[in-house]
Amino acid sequence: MDFLYKPWPWYVAGPIIGLTVPLLLLMGNKRLGISSSLRHICAACVPASIPLFNYDWKKELWNLYFVGGVLIGGVLGGIVFTDGTTELMPREYFNWSELSTSRGLIMMVGGGFMVGFGTRYARGCTSGHGITGLAALQWPSLVATMSFFLGGILFTYLLLPYILAL
Amino acid sequence: MKNLKYILVGIVFGLALTKGEAISWYRIQQMFHFESFHMYGIFMTAVPVGALGLILIRKFQVKTFSGDIVEMPKKEYHHGVILGGLIFGFGWTLTGACPGPLYAQIGAGYSVTIVTLLAAIAGTWFFGLLQKYLPD
Repeated sequence: MDFLYKPWPWYVAGPIIGLTVPLLLLMGNKRLGISSSLRHICAACVPASIPLFNYDWKKELWNLYFVGGVLIGGVLGGIVFTDGTTELMPREYFNWSELSTSRGLIMMVGGGFMVGFGTRYARGCTSGHGITGLAALQWPSLVATMSFFLGGILFTYLLLPYILAL
Repeated sequence: MKNLKYILVGIVFGLALTKGEAISWYRIQQMFHFESFHMYGIFMTAVPVGALGLILIRKFQVKTFSGDIVEMPKKEYHHGVILGGLIFGFGWTLTGACPGPLYAQIGAGYSVTIVTLLAAIAGTWFFGLLQKYLPD
């Protein structure tokens, strides 16, 4: 049980994440992809008359159950089974009062917005392209994954230091 | 409820993301600064394990649990893969979250990341609104 309370090394977490791809296919031809859930939420709540959000999202309900599970997994991994020594987020940047600062707004609101905008534009995220697409040897997913990393590296070196110093 | 089983898979996936620290802002910074192998190790084990699973399914023509033919995932190229990919990368380093961790960070007790998730939903919505003006 001790194992559950400590952070897991990459060679434990990685294979479990990878196994999700064939497992979901075998369970019902579902493709692991999490940014889709953001689209389904838009389609369910505020479809307006936007073509991207006008489809039968109820057929994709499994995906919303799946991300509900991911949230519960976060509770188990971050609150229930934890030795309390691992901090995952810097609380000086990620807290409610930080939302009234320009730094907090850029990081949480601006950052979140770009995650949602970019993943839908790319039609997939780290799971849909980076894990599923690469595992299925889809070359567009390799281009996507390289773009994710290029964007992240450029921003980290060129802009992030100035934002963190705000 | 035929969808309940997907909650269970989600829980295991979310647990692996969280205990594997793939939802950690610090780990994402180390990854983009090339300071730690950890995140690369996760990708470099997850992808081959997933690929091996798909190869075995194809080779032995394994059917789904309900007996259907397995449809292999396909991703087609469009320019959004690059343009959207870069934008997502910017957001990834700011929030320390790709879409999976958006949910897991909330669960792990960082309540303010609800705001990050709501912003991501808003970003998705605005992409839908602007899609027809953007290069595909």
